[in-house]
Amino acid sequence: MIKKFTVRINKKSHTVMVDENMPLLWLLRDILDLKGTKYGCGVGSCGACTVHLNGSAVRSCQLPISVLGRQEITTIEGLAEKGDHPVQKAWLDEDVAQCGYCQPGQIMSAVALLNNTPKPTEEDIDNFMTGNICRCGTYMRIKKAILKAATSN
Amino acid sequence: MMLGISWFASAKSEAILVSLDAEPTWEQLTSYIKITPDNVVKIFSPNPEFGQNVMTSLPMLIAEELDIDFNAVQVEQANYSLALYNRQFTGGSQSIRQAWKLLRTAGASARQMILTAASQEWNVPITELTTANGMVMHSFSGKSATYGSFASAASKIQVPKDIVLKENKNFRLLGTPQKNVEGPKIVKGEPLFGMDYQVNGMLIAMTERPQAFGMRLKSFDPTAAKKMPGIVDIFPIQLYEPTQKLAMFDTRTFNEVIAVVGKTTWDVMNARKALKVVWENAPEIKEPGMGGRDNVVPAGLESTKKHYEQMLEMDKKPGRVERKDGDPEKAFAEAKHVIERTYTAPFLAHNIMEPTNTFAHVQGDKVKIVGPIQGPDMVATTIATRLGIPKENIEIQLARMGGGFGRRAYGHYMLEAVLISKQINAPVKLIYKREDDMTAGIYRPMYQMTYRAAFDDKKSLTALHIKGGGVPESPLHANRFPAGTLDNYLAESWTIPSNVTIGAFRAPRSNFNAAAEQSFLDEISEYMGKDPIAFRLELLQRAKDNPVGKNNDYDPARYMGVLELVRDKSGWGKPENTDKKRGVSAYFCHNSYAAQVIDLQVKEGQVIVDQVTSALDCGVVVNPEGAKNMAEGAAIDGIGNALFGQLTLKDGRTDQKNFDTYRMIRHNEAPRKIDVHFVQNEVDPTGLGEPPFPPIFGAMANALYKATGKRFYHQPFAAQLT
Repeated sequence: MIKKFTVRINKKSHTVMVDENMPLLWLLRDILDLKGTKYGCGVGSCGACTVHLNGSAVRSCQLPISVLGRQEITTIEGLAEKGDHPVQKAWLDEDVAQCGYCQPGQIMSAVALLNNTPKPTEEDIDNFMTGNICRCGTYMRIKKAILKAATSN
Repeated sequence: MMLGISWFASAKSEAILVSLDAEPTWEQLTSYIKITPDNVVKIFSPNPEFGQNVMTSLPMLIAEELDIDFNAVQVEQANYSLALYNRQFTGGSQSIRQAWKLLRTAGASARQMILTAASQEWNVPITELTTANGMVMHSFSGKSATYGSFASAASKIQVPKDIVLKENKNFRLLGTPQKNVEGPKIVKGEPLFGMDYQVNGMLIAMTERPQAFGMRLKSFDPTAAKKMPGIVDIFPIQLYEPTQKLAMFDTRTFNEVIAVVGKTTWDVMNARKALKVVWENAPEIKEPGMGGRDNVVPAGLESTKKHYEQMLEMDKKPGRVERKDGDPEKAFAEAKHVIERTYTAPFLAHNIMEPTNTFAHVQGDKVKIVGPIQGPDMVATTIATRLGIPKENIEIQLARMGGGFGRRAYGHYMLEAVLISKQINAPVKLIYKREDDMTAGIYRPMYQMTYRAAFDDKKSLTALHIKGGGVPESPLHANRFPAGTLDNYLAESWTIPSNVTIGAFRAPRSNFNAAAEQSFLDEISEYMGKDPIAFRLELLQRAKDNPVGKNNDYDPARYMGVLELVRDKSGWGKPENTDKKRGVSAYFCHNSYAAQVIDLQVKEGQVIVDQVTSALDCGVVVNPEGAKNMAEGAAIDGIGNALFGQLTLKDGRTDQKNFDTYRMIRHNEAPRKIDVHFVQNEVDPTGLGEPPFPPIFGAMANALYKATGKRFYHQPFAAQLT
């Protein structure tokens, strides 16, 4: 059913008229034109659509707009105004990306990990990042980038 | 000064050029280079980018000869253009190889044009001029000026011929590590991908296709679906006309699909659930194929279990002889011992991270396309034929691809998008759901290889017999190693027709051959009591000194080079490594040589890869950082597919439909360490995207044997660990 919702995305309020079951992913991409959050699987199994809900990593393809309320959503676009978040900088230092499609989701997961665990072990990283697939196989560079961002904090 | 196409900044409006400052005057020097009077240099990267980092390495070729500061260069993805560029194709690990002289010549030509303009303006001999970092200098007079100051005059000079390129020893940029030029945009999530493209009034389309290979559309009832919110129209489209001659990379498996068009992706996804469709079994398709042979796509609903049975049956029959040296029959008849092993591998889905998509807008006889495609010229040919328009009327903007691996060589989805836009008379973006992508893929074929080795009473190898085939193509490369190393050699091939669509998948055929061949060599070296690396080197020495046959399509010396390098770098055979569970493998494909050693442990049925040591010979390495990244990725991709990768079918339907059922390698399964080493030489660059991938499968199998005492003949290996 089409309903009116006001959501908080990247510290701004947006009022939209959409289907109550519309996943946050498609709200971001199709309605709000925030294309940094990527579609990968639609079933919460790849992590490409990872965003933050009150600072924690969530799969936006699994969150219908009706459950969001006024909770704070952060997308890759809202991470740092100039794209210079320590994790983004570490990603560039380690030259992580190949195709790059999964990387916004990887970065959002990594930031959430570091928010809760500022000095993660390699095992912490493995456990936390396992929900994010990288088809090109940049996992080792991702791990290095997270460790680097952790030491620069 | 900054100029760029911003899809994001244009939010909801027509994608436009966003000029942050007054638009500079760009002077064009060759098809690849533009320079402003203020000395801003822009380089157009001609080939489609799918993560192999050609957007960095191809412009490096130009920048080296142009003699500019690479860090100050703006790089832009070129559009598809027959007039401006040669071979805008990503595949076969060919981009750098084909561009090596071409793009350096472009850079050197532009530099020559600038020097000519400078020599005319300063009235000095061109031979007295030098360049550095985008500046022209005349040391006698002390004059110096930027390239930009001569750009206008230089652009009017004819592109010179007979350009002399730098000697390798004079390279200043090539061979230095350079970061991905798109990195800053990628980490910000900028809308670089076809999936992200948006213009005003754009509709979203999805296509509904048969739920099983071997089926086709019978009838459908769109009434309920059309009433769903946001739905604009639902209609069938026929991809290729029945009489249309298919071009390379065209596939007719699902020729009739139903387009569902609506306002948002969510609207379209919901409407698809309400769509009532009746599918029916499709008849056999027979059409003229390449080489005068008919392509036969059989009728029926196929299953993986049956495919494996069929492959074993084919193995019992004589195959098509592809190569025969000496008298293998006699050698086997006289053998004191024979080892015979059969290897198999399943279909694999590409599982590109960015699902298939394309933006298309057809206006009259003009077509605009924006999307991911490895071979724009092939799909342009097909679309031009299908629409009956000249190819020049088709504009294709090459979006950055969220992975390719061969899948995006097959551009049927671009034709789908074009036909939908034409019918609906609006700009449209076609999106595949992950399930569409995985269940109606263009898979890596199923393969099987049987290796037989004959030994005399001294355990010497006297003959080798290879018989290989697949569903529906054979993986056999009859003239590759170990052909040429044995007096008695027989290679046979067979195929099983299928209606399951297959196609190129990173290192086609090689990605299976290496697993079978390198596992078998490991096993027979053990029987002979020889070290697996020493045994391979012995065979290669024979091919080097006294090759059998004339058509051996590998260079034994370069093959030996990577084996020796991996042996040395991994500390193979060193006392400190004797307890390690390690396997070695080497392979040649796409003109390059790769050898790998894997160290692993198996704990409670889980494989932990401690280290991968890679030794690669791809000639001159243009960008060591990008090359290293790709070689690491190839190792991880190989480990993942060797252990887990498989797509299986029942009654024509795939069992795996999404990432919850298709097992991909994850963070925690990546190796703890990967070392990548390149052979240093001055050979013109050969391929790198594919060559480091195939040998991993063999190294995995051989290392798993050391860890478990069990040989691994059938992929995926992890299924046999528990």
